[in-house]
Order: sequence, then C-alpha cells, then structure tokens
Amino acid sequence: MAVDVATQAPPAVPRRPTPNAWGRRLLTAAVLGWFALLILVPTLALVRGAFSGGLAPFWQALSSPDALRAFRLTIGITLVATALNTVFGLAFAVVLVRHRFWGKTLADGLVDLPFAVSPIIAGLMLVILYGPQGWIGRWLESAGVRVVYAWPGMALATAFVTLPFVVREVVPVLREFGVEQEEVSYTLGAGRWTTFWRVTLPSVRWGLAYGVTLTVARSLGEFGALLVVSGNILGRTQTATLYVHDGIESFNTEGAYAASVLLAGVSFVLLIGMETLRKRVEARERPE
Amino acid sequence: MAVAEPKGRSLVRGASRPAGGLLLRSASLSYLGVMVLLPLVALGYESTLPGTAAFLKALSDPFARHALWLTFVTAAAMVVINAVTGTATAWVLVRYPFPGKGFVNALIDLPFAVPTVVTGLMLVALYGPTSVLGAFLDRNGWGIIYQKPGIILALLFVTYPFVVRSVQPVLLEMDRAEEEAAVTLGASPFTVFRRITLPTLWPAILTGTALSFSRALGEFGSVVMVAGNRPLETKTGPMYIFGEIESGNRHGAMVVSVVLLACSLGVLVVLNRLQRRGGEPGHGR
Repeated sequence: MAVDVATQAPPAVPRRPTPNAWGRRLLTAAVLGWFALLILVPTLALVRGAFSGGLAPFWQALSSPDALRAFRLTIGITLVATALNTVFGLAFAVVLVRHRFWGKTLADGLVDLPFAVSPIIAGLMLVILYGPQGWIGRWLESAGVRVVYAWPGMALATAFVTLPFVVREVVPVLREFGVEQEEVSYTLGAGRWTTFWRVTLPSVRWGLAYGVTLTVARSLGEFGALLVVSGNILGRTQTATLYVHDGIESFNTEGAYAASVLLAGVSFVLLIGMETLRKRVEARERPE
Repeated sequence: MAVAEPKGRSLVRGASRPAGGLLLRSASLSYLGVMVLLPLVALGYESTLPGTAAFLKALSDPFARHALWLTFVTAAAMVVINAVTGTATAWVLVRYPFPGKGFVNALIDLPFAVPTVVTGLMLVALYGPTSVLGAFLDRNGWGIIYQKPGIILALLFVTYPFVVRSVQPVLLEMDRAEEEAAVTLGASPFTVFRRITLPTLWPAILTGTALSFSRALGEFGSVVMVAGNRPLETKTGPMYIFGEIESGNRHGAMVVSVVLLACSLGVLVVLNRLQRRGGEPGHGR
C-alpha cells in the first residue's frame, strides 16, 4: 500500500490519501475476513476433522473396499461424461459459430439449460425417460439394457449436468479466431479434416482445455442427479460423493471426512489448473 | 490453383459443404435434442398429463408450498448478502493492493470446484453440534446447522464467485477519469462510489445476483447436508422433490420441479433480455 501511494499518487491527481487510507484498510480487512470466514475456515475445519485421529485412520478410511469402489466408479463416470461432452461440445461449438440454420437461437439457449436445472430435477427427468417404466427405458428394459439404477444412467446424468462447459468455453475462442486461417488452409488445398486438426483445433486448445477441466471438476463432484438416478446400491452404484453423504447418514464419519478431503484436494488441484488455463485463454482472446 | 480458389472460398460456408457439414450439424443437434430437449419435454408432458386440476392440487400441498417458500426466502436472503460482499470483494481485489492477493483471487472460484456435498460437510465440521464453535452457538440459541441460517450459509458459499466474477472485469476495464474528476471537484469517496462507480457496476452486479439466485433455487448437495430435512421447517424445494421421488409420489415431485425450473429459467431469460437491451454482448451469441 505504501509503495502504491509513493509511486502513483503524486503524479496522477491531487488525491488526499490520509482520510482514504483507513477506509481502504477497513474495507480490505472486512472483505478478507468475510472470505476467510466463508471459504478458508470451513475448509480448514474439514481438514482438521479428517486428520483428527492422525494419518493412519485417514489412510485406513480411504483404502476401505467401499471407498475404493466408490472412487473407481466416480473416475469411470467422469471419463465417460467428459469424453462425450468434449467430442459433442466441440462439434456443437463449431456448428454454433460457423453454421447458419433454422432454430439456431433455440439451440443456443438450450445448451445453457442444464445450468438452470437443479441436479435433483435433472435426475428426475432421466428417471422419467429411462426408468423401468419410462419413455425410452421401457424399450431398453425389454431389450435387457438397464440405464437407471446402473452406471449408464449415472454417466448420462453427469453428462447432462456438465454439457454446457466445453461449448461455452470454446465458442468465444472460436469466434475470436475467425475464419481467415481456415480459408487460407482451404485455399492451399487442405481438406476439411486436415484443416480441423492442423488449424482449428490448435487455435482453440486452451479454451477447450479450460472447458474440459471444468467438466471434470463438476463430474467428480456431481451428487444430486446421481442420488436420484443411482438408487445408491452399496458397492455397485455408490460414487465418491454418495459415499460421503451415506457416511454421514450412517455415522461412518471417518470415511466421509477422508473421502471429502480427497475430493476437495483434487478439486483444489483442478482449480489451480483452471487458473493457469484461464490466463492462457485471456492472453489468446486479447493478443495485445 | 486458379480453379481451386473460388471453390475454396465457397467451401467456408457450411451450407455449401453439404455432406460433412450436414453430418456434423445433425449429430451435434441430435445430441442436444436427446440430452437436453427430450428430458425437458418429458418433464413438462408428464407433469401436466393428469390435468390442470391435479397440477394445482399437487402445488397446493402445504409441504410443497412451504418448501418452495423456504427456497425463495433463503435464496433472496443470500442474494442480498452476496450482492454486497461480492461487489466489495471484487472492489478490493481490483483496486487495493494487499499481500496474498493472487492467492485470494485464485481461491474465489473454490466453491465452483468443490463438490457440494463436501461444502456441506465443511460447514457441518465447523458449525455442527460436535464442534466447539457449533456447541457454543447452540447453547446461546444461535444454532446454524440444521436451522435456516445454515441453508443461507451453504447458499452463500456455493454462489460466492458469481457476483465477484461478473463485477471484477467491469471494474478492471472501467475508465477512472470520471472518478478522478469527481475527486478533484471535492466529492467524498462514498459520493464518488454512489454517483459514478455504482451506476457503471450496476448491470454486472445484477448479472451476478441473477446467476446466483438461479443457482440457489436448485441447490441440493450442500443444503441437504446442513438443513436437517425437517418438513415445514428446513426442507427446501429440491429436498422436497427428492423426498417425493423416494416415497413414490412422482407427480408431486414433477409439479414442484416444473415450478422451480420455470423460475430459475425465467430469471436467466429476463437477464439475457436485459443484457441485450443494455448493449452488453450476450454470452455466446
């Protein structure tokens, strides 16, 4: 603060730093206090709760067969949902920016819809469609395919909830990038596929990576939709977040705390990744 | 090459590349249709299938009405607090230098990354009856967990980044000449903020609060951990929906879902309209 006043205030405008300085300090302290109270202290309380018995019980809780199965299922579902949404999100972003077609505004609005839908409602929608008596589930059931109360339904629910991320992150980058370089590529005789791989994809890579990171983070943490869709069959359809929830309900608090700390740790790492990627995206959007 | 050039130019338009472009478009639109539109239609159709009378009857259920009321009241309380604290946070982050700024700035997004159940457990760990702080608060009649303040606290945590992240870029790009002129003319810092800064920030604050309100209407994971699930006391709309699905009253669940969904969509649509009228570039348009 002292540096700021010394280097900037005198040449700029005749400001009066003295009455402001206390206001500044007070406001900064208030904001930091609020931030600590809301975000930091609860995080520390969680970590403290998880390690209250030392490291050994923490590891023991995490390496229990139920916990391992839950994390394995979470990883599997995350992989499926992320793969689906990366491929289709990228395709849809290209369609949305480059193509002109009837109903484009509607399609554009529909992409954002999952953000407005409560996870519980998302789960309910999928049960209506794919449940044993559902619109589509009825036919799948007679063909011997189980969607709801099994992992395909959970992957579907996760894909629904995370659908907008890749599209929303790629669209602005793609629009900013323009068509000139692609035109050059076509003029030089490259095919559409080559142009996509060599020109379009590299230009949107940071936006895409950012969208994928958001998708992964949200997939790992999805809970409400999975709770409705999974039926929560122990050891079969229990994901990491469901494991945390059930741990609290059934007084397996050590397990719940340990799994929570691991989930929070992973999301923290992803967050740092996001920060790095966002800087890259912003640098690309504003070349100067 | 001379032949290829005009062809190459026309290739840029999707319409004149029928086969590949059409395939790409129909594949991605079908994905969107199956994943988003179909579930929405299914919910709307099934909820109104038994008729309007049944719809209204399910909605007049006292438990359903209380759950919806609680959702709106807690979301409104959260929005008021978040508008103030979010704007203040963005302000401090942009205007004032302080040690550890990069750290705080990066952690603002933590609520978006942390799973909602974990958020709930964090709050239980801190304010729950087994913690020192929670026990102290309980003794003095200031119970947070399993009470309404716990719900508001969970919503505050989950939606904290929205206002900060919409106000921050506006503050960064704002031209400070007007503020400086006001200062030279003798205006107090508060007057400058009220008369010059706030009118510029207002649309961004509105965007952030609308997004957090819409999100709060549907929040489940964190709220279910801290609310204690008592009907007519701490049961919110999404919790009511889940309870009705579990107990087999699917129609009741669908009706409340339609109402909640219509409200949170309505907020976003109004926001979108306002943004376009204000000349602000709509996201992804």
